[in-house]
Amino acid sequence: MISPPMSLLAELTHRCPLRCPYCSNPLSLEQKSSELSTEDWCRVLDEAAELGVLQVHFSGGEPMARPDLPALVRHAVSKGLYTNLITSGVLLNEQNLAELSAAGLDHVQLSFQDATPDGAELIGGLKDAQNRKLAAAQIIVADGIPLTLNFVIHRLNVMRIPQMFDLAEQLGARRVEIAHTQYYGWGLKNRGALLPSKEQLQQSERDVAAARERFGSRLAIDFVTPDYYADEPKPCMGGWGERFLNITPSGRVLPCHAAESIPNISFPNVREDSLKNIWENSEIFQLFRGTSWMPEPCRSCDRRDVDKGGCRCQALALTGRADVADPVCHRSSHRHLIDEAIAEAASHDETFIYRQMSGLPS
Amino acid sequence: MQTVSETDIPAFMRGTRLQHDRVRDQWFVQAPEKAFLADPIAAAILQRVNGESTLGNIIDALSEAYAAPRDIIAGDVVRMVQDLAERQVLTWK
Repeated sequence: MISPPMSLLAELTHRCPLRCPYCSNPLSLEQKSSELSTEDWCRVLDEAAELGVLQVHFSGGEPMARPDLPALVRHAVSKGLYTNLITSGVLLNEQNLAELSAAGLDHVQLSFQDATPDGAELIGGLKDAQNRKLAAAQIIVADGIPLTLNFVIHRLNVMRIPQMFDLAEQLGARRVEIAHTQYYGWGLKNRGALLPSKEQLQQSERDVAAARERFGSRLAIDFVTPDYYADEPKPCMGGWGERFLNITPSGRVLPCHAAESIPNISFPNVREDSLKNIWENSEIFQLFRGTSWMPEPCRSCDRRDVDKGGCRCQALALTGRADVADPVCHRSSHRHLIDEAIAEAASHDETFIYRQMSGLPS
Repeated sequence: MQTVSETDIPAFMRGTRLQHDRVRDQWFVQAPEKAFLADPIAAAILQRVNGESTLGNIIDALSEAYAAPRDIIAGDVVRMVQDLAERQVLTWK
């Protein structure tokens, strides 16, 4: 019996005014001409609600680059889906936020690249982005839609976590995410410049603990650590094909946003098949579902149901194989790759390449 | 923790709600970035949180519906509503 998905990440577009060097979109970005139509997305939302999805996260790229976003939110709301907007805020104004609010939008997650304008401009690569984000936060809070601030953490901003909490308090956010960069795709390309030291990670843990003490239940805090300094891997997406599905701008359906890196497999598309059939029967969703695919040391490990063998895409990106233990695990024969990456980052300078539509510079 | 009286009126905060999931035939609390399962007792209480009923009204309705002693129901309701107010699911009108 395959349990239904809880959560859908709807990547409406890969277009974005920002160029963050850790973007979770794939290295090969999809063009506007390949994006799903409004009608396609409405049908997908119908199918998602029917299948058992409870929350839909409208993301991108920058989802506000799609003029049909309010219509999609309204449609999702009419199907009983909880609607979350994941946005950079740089395209947000009073008028379009009012439209989204009237459509029934439940929550906004607003990204900040740093607590300071200079830091934010350096990472996002967009002039005056911080002012636009501050204005967006004020508009959202004035409307009353609950607001989460999201900060992606790396070596260039890890020292300013206390200021990030100050900003969240000043702006009236209900939640804050302090999420260390995950090193896949663009993040992996820029790992040398972005990976913090162990001491910096430990300081970030103390900063978050101090904020939890200070704010109590007034401010909900989510903290995501970089797993490079852990001995045990994290369970990928709460289990491959167990809770989560991702749909790319062109309609590809994936078990996680990095899964397109897996070679020699075809990716199902909502233009060609139903979401239910894709979730239950497609090759990609069955590939690492459960524990029967596992090799040693996972197969006989007493943590196999806890960490699910770790992240498949991290295993692939670092070892060249998606079906081996996550190299973060201290039982993995590839753990040395993680330790070498940590050593390499320690002597790497802080230059990085920005995300760009045309792929990597040669 | 704030002390409450039976004349206080609990309500869902904006961005949170109780929802019946037809597919799983279970009640969920939908909240920012997460949905969590409401057990049958929580669901029974939260179905009566409408932004108009006082805590006292809710306790009366539940003790009648479940033919249970009012003081026991009252304890459960106050504990749970206070806990969910702490967790920013409910607020007071």
